Amino acid sequence: MTDLDTFRTDTRAWLEANCPPEMRQPIRSEADICWGGRNWTFKSDAQRQWLEAMAGRGWTVAHWPKDYGGGGLSPAEAIVLKEEMKRIGARSPLMSFGISMLGPALLKFGTEEQKKHYLPQIARGEIRWCQGYSEPGAGSDLAGLQTKAEDKGDHWLINGQKVWTSYADKADWIFCLVRTSTESKQGGISFLLFDMATPGVSTKPILLISGSSPFCETFFDDVKVPKDQIVGDVNRGWDVAKYLLGHEREMISELGLGGGGSLGAATKPQDPLLRAEIAAFDVDALAFAAMSERFAAMWKAGEAHPASPSMMKYAGTELNKRRNELAIAAGGSEALEWESERSKNGKPVREWLRSKGNSIEGGTSEIQLNIVAKHILGLPGA
Amino acid sequence: MTLLTDDQKMLQETAASFLADEGTPAKQLRHWRDTECDDGFGHALWKQFGELGLTGIAIPEDQGGLGLGATEAALVLEEIGRNLTPSPFLTTGIVAAKAIAGTAHADRWYPPILSGEAVLAVAIDESPRHAPEQTVLEAKRQGNGFVLNGSKQFVVQGASADMIVTAARTSGSSGERSGLTLFAVPRGAAEVENVHLADSSWAARLAFANVELDADAVIGEVDDGWVRLTAGLDAGRAGAAAELVGVAAGASKMTFDYLKQRKQFGKLIGEFQAIQHRAAHLHGEIEIARAAALKAAQLIDSGDERAELYVSVAKAKAADVASLAVREGVQMHGGIGMTDEHDIGLYMKREAVLGELFGDVYYHRNRVAELNGY
Repeated sequence: MTDLDTFRTDTRAWLEANCPPEMRQPIRSEADICWGGRNWTFKSDAQRQWLEAMAGRGWTVAHWPKDYGGGGLSPAEAIVLKEEMKRIGARSPLMSFGISMLGPALLKFGTEEQKKHYLPQIARGEIRWCQGYSEPGAGSDLAGLQTKAEDKGDHWLINGQKVWTSYADKADWIFCLVRTSTESKQGGISFLLFDMATPGVSTKPILLISGSSPFCETFFDDVKVPKDQIVGDVNRGWDVAKYLLGHEREMISELGLGGGGSLGAATKPQDPLLRAEIAAFDVDALAFAAMSERFAAMWKAGEAHPASPSMMKYAGTELNKRRNELAIAAGGSEALEWESERSKNGKPVREWLRSKGNSIEGGTSEIQLNIVAKHILGLPGA
Repeated sequence: MTLLTDDQKMLQETAASFLADEGTPAKQLRHWRDTECDDGFGHALWKQFGELGLTGIAIPEDQGGLGLGATEAALVLEEIGRNLTPSPFLTTGIVAAKAIAGTAHADRWYPPILSGEAVLAVAIDESPRHAPEQTVLEAKRQGNGFVLNGSKQFVVQGASADMIVTAARTSGSSGERSGLTLFAVPRGAAEVENVHLADSSWAARLAFANVELDADAVIGEVDDGWVRLTAGLDAGRAGAAAELVGVAAGASKMTFDYLKQRKQFGKLIGEFQAIQHRAAHLHGEIEIARAAALKAAQLIDSGDERAELYVSVAKAKAADVASLAVREGVQMHGGIGMTDEHDIGLYMKREAVLGELFGDVYYHRNRVAELNGY
């Protein structure tokens, strides 16, 4: 037996013993997801046990170094763990922007002290993070952001406003882009970390067309932030921001997988014209799934172009919007019910409406295409 | 999905440099077209394929071949597509070689295939649209052998072939998968009409009028040819998908280069966002099609039960994307793209023929739907 076979056998046995049956049920709704954080209320004992067991081994972030709360697994071992979890239908123990976005940026740009302090908290689900990027006047033109951070000697003084801050009202800390210089657009941005409980921080949820409120407006009114809570150098935050966006886009692109099943198998379309469209969609979805697999392997091996998450994000989100369009069409009038039990509280129609944001959040499709044109194709003036 | 191994990368480089030197439109496609050669490809180049071992890519090692898989074939075919190289590689080297594998016909034909001397063809279609289940070419037992009546069409390189692997019905009726038998039909047995296609390739229409064959012309089992036929066809479909990815990549490379050269309104046309977004979209689609083609090939090689599904995904997606690549290619080239002098139009014609071969986009979308139970 190879070491990897041994690892698989051991992992299978450990998961069998430690993953509670309830945590092997498919996620039915947002309410089943564990986000962690200071104010988190576990939905069940099983949810708490599962997070504690996984975090205890560093397996919420299996590929991070052990020193920072990770599992220290090799890429091959991390894949085995993923496969074994999938085999028994185990839920992800923790959903976290700390894991998917801030963590990779800290691993690359953080100081040793910052890594030792922040990463283990993320790994254990103790601190829930939110992302302060967009502003009312800085959407696609993100580098035009105006939220100001003044150097007051022993602290930064923050004033301004963010928007589209995911779960700002539930988050403990924020990673935030601020303007520390007006001399240069991209070269005047810094990347700060601070506690959302700091005086002067306030949030207001935004009601979406889907009826849910995953985003907030976030206001900073004379917020004092300790000087050492900056990641990377002053005025060099754009490098950190872009790197983090790559990870965010990679994560968002997974929406294209849509849970993995065939839309046609799920909807059994009878109308021949709809069947034809759904078959065309299933071809595209399966082809994208192959791309997603190939991209992940290339990304890990360092063979992927640094701008390729933009290509993936564009393809995955446009695909997810199309999936929802066709699902609504296949469901007919019943798919338009907003509150009935039959429709699981309007799941199809709400997901359809929510999916429209996929090609806006994390950078619009148009911005992703600009990036591909410029950085991958090398087209002039892009 | 696994990334390419070092050996696979080496094979890819060998094929790429060989075909970029010897397989270009100027040396092959245009040359054979403009000299009115009714093979449409060069026998000398096929022998060079043989010298490099490429004619035996799918032939087992103990029979003198390289014994490689669909993945390696896909790597070579992507380069063939990129250079629009006309050759018997796909039909002789992949489909026919697979269809006769493990039979006495392999002993007979593998040696001249290995040396690049023999050309084999496969005769499946009997109507303008691919539908192997609907084979009605009749093969009736007579004495010790069979007598064949009916017709075939779109038999790629059929008039150049030394032997044609032919699907015929020995029992049952149109639409049934059982009752099909593969025959090795020697050159001259059927009446041949050599048909020139849009991409300057040649495909035959065959007429069988009481064509008598010995019992040993049967490839595999009588009435039980479906599995063997599908194995050959699926290898061919995965290969055609890879070749289409090459067509798309070659056409788009030519187009993206043009966007960086052509000026209008005092600007390079690649500076216009109306062009940039379409180019970026196309790039992503080609990457996705390549991933699908590689996935299908890898699943064939590992004997995975999802191979059939992914072969159809790959063929449908690659044809779709290659079609987009050639349409955008001609449009973005403007007037020059409409001229025979420029190669971009050759890509458009090749895509059309290759997209049709072994089932078009609609055939394979339908197969994906059926395999998913709807």
